[in-house]
Amino acid sequence: MRGQFVLSEIGVGLRRNLTMTFAVIVSVALSLALLGGSLLARDQVNEMKGYWYDKVQVSIFLCNENDEGLSGNCGKGAVTEQQKKQIKSDLNELGIVDKVYYESAEEAYKHYKEEFKDSPVVDSLTPDQMQESYRVKLTDPTKFNVISSAFSDRPGVQQVQDQKDLLENLFNLLNGMNVAALCVMALMLVVALLLIVNTVRVSAFSRRRETGIMRLVGASGFYIQLPFILEAAIAGLIGAGFACFLLVGGKYFLIDNWLQDKIPLINFIGWEAVVKVLPLILAVGVLMPAIAAFFALRKYLKV
Amino acid sequence: MIRFDNVSKSYPKQNRAALREVSLEVERGEFVFLVGSSGSGKSTFLRLVLREERTNHGRVHVLGKDLARLSNWKVPQLRRQLGTVFQDFRLLPNKTVGENVAFALEVIGKPRGQIRKTVPEVLDLVGLGGKDDRMPSELSGGEQQRVAIARAFVNRPMLLLADEPTGNLDPQTSVGIMKLLDRINRTGTTVLMATHDQQIVDQMRKRVIELEAGRLVRDQSRGVYGYQH
Repeated sequence: MRGQFVLSEIGVGLRRNLTMTFAVIVSVALSLALLGGSLLARDQVNEMKGYWYDKVQVSIFLCNENDEGLSGNCGKGAVTEQQKKQIKSDLNELGIVDKVYYESAEEAYKHYKEEFKDSPVVDSLTPDQMQESYRVKLTDPTKFNVISSAFSDRPGVQQVQDQKDLLENLFNLLNGMNVAALCVMALMLVVALLLIVNTVRVSAFSRRRETGIMRLVGASGFYIQLPFILEAAIAGLIGAGFACFLLVGGKYFLIDNWLQDKIPLINFIGWEAVVKVLPLILAVGVLMPAIAAFFALRKYLKV
Repeated sequence: MIRFDNVSKSYPKQNRAALREVSLEVERGEFVFLVGSSGSGKSTFLRLVLREERTNHGRVHVLGKDLARLSNWKVPQLRRQLGTVFQDFRLLPNKTVGENVAFALEVIGKPRGQIRKTVPEVLDLVGLGGKDDRMPSELSGGEQQRVAIARAFVNRPMLLLADEPTGNLDPQTSVGIMKLLDRINRTGTTVLMATHDQQIVDQMRKRVIELEAGRLVRDQSRGVYGYQH
């Protein structure tokens, strides 16, 4: 097999169908950028969920000594050992409680630090500013109100928080956008595949004289198909390159230089998440058109 | 070399069979004319030998292989041992004469050194020595057909199939092409030639196989084109 021969065939083929190749590149780039975007959005959701989000439904924050003198339950200062014991045993007696975790101020500080490791907010905090808490897992996740009414007025309890309530709306929005992006991606993908099939058809037709002779003199089917498949793969690779470019640009301009400044309290995805997605994009960008071309050839190129 | 056992072939959407119960054998080194009017099954016969088509009934053996049992991916191996020439030459217009012949070797992965050596040799053999760098459009019809024969023969096939190779040529040029095919035959290559050219068949006095409406109606050694009615 001679590489130079195959390469020159590909070059001729790509130039012959320049407009079609361009269309393939653009549609592959857009669909893969959307795919990468939705993968990154999923990472973003995970990033924001923090340590307890998927483990518990209710958080009971206990008073900290810094709260002394403030109005509300915590005016008398930090929660006492006895209050804590009482809360814990009362929780365990409730039928709807599945499991109770205790998080000390130290642990809270640790989890917070993990979650916001890239953010400057962490530096201004010390462990003694953090709150102790009970994290409660319910047998029935909708029964938040039972816990809330039972514990929110107790001495030593600063706040009972529905863990889902805080971020649920935001996540719903993100998930909705994600589904929308995936739908558009699927459509673009179909467009890209149809374009590839059509490109291969035109390419096979304009080269039928060569392929006919190749068949006649006994070139293997693989050798006859290879230039067509590589053509599609190269167009796909260029498209995937553009998609990567869009993702990196999006991370740099949209997140790092704009959203990060506007909303400093949200922990955004880091570069490692973006870098992880890029090889996947490139692989899909090469394989998908190649496979599409392979199946198109079975129809349009007699071997 | 070629053996047909009771071969029938019909195409879908066509009522009439293209070949009906044809049995014949072509030995190594023979020169055989395949004659018959248009639609008599000559092309189907050649397509079956090349395994472009498969039979409906009966068996086709080529070079000792049962084509019905030959898997698709082994077909290229078979075709490398066959040379094929057509009425319309089928040269690549954007390649030179030398490149056209070399193409047949390139696409089956022959090493470059061997290609550089054999292409001029075979062009010499067909009488086109030194015309490697000409474009097909600069050549006469007879010369173009010689290029096509060079391409078919460059791989030293056991069997050369020719589908009306003189159909587009004037009588004098045709004689030259026939002399060339005869010379190739004398090197030991079996030649099977489908033709309409009465003059050539009558002159050559080789074995003649006649098809009529898909049936084998005559198989005559040292025959002529047709009986005078």
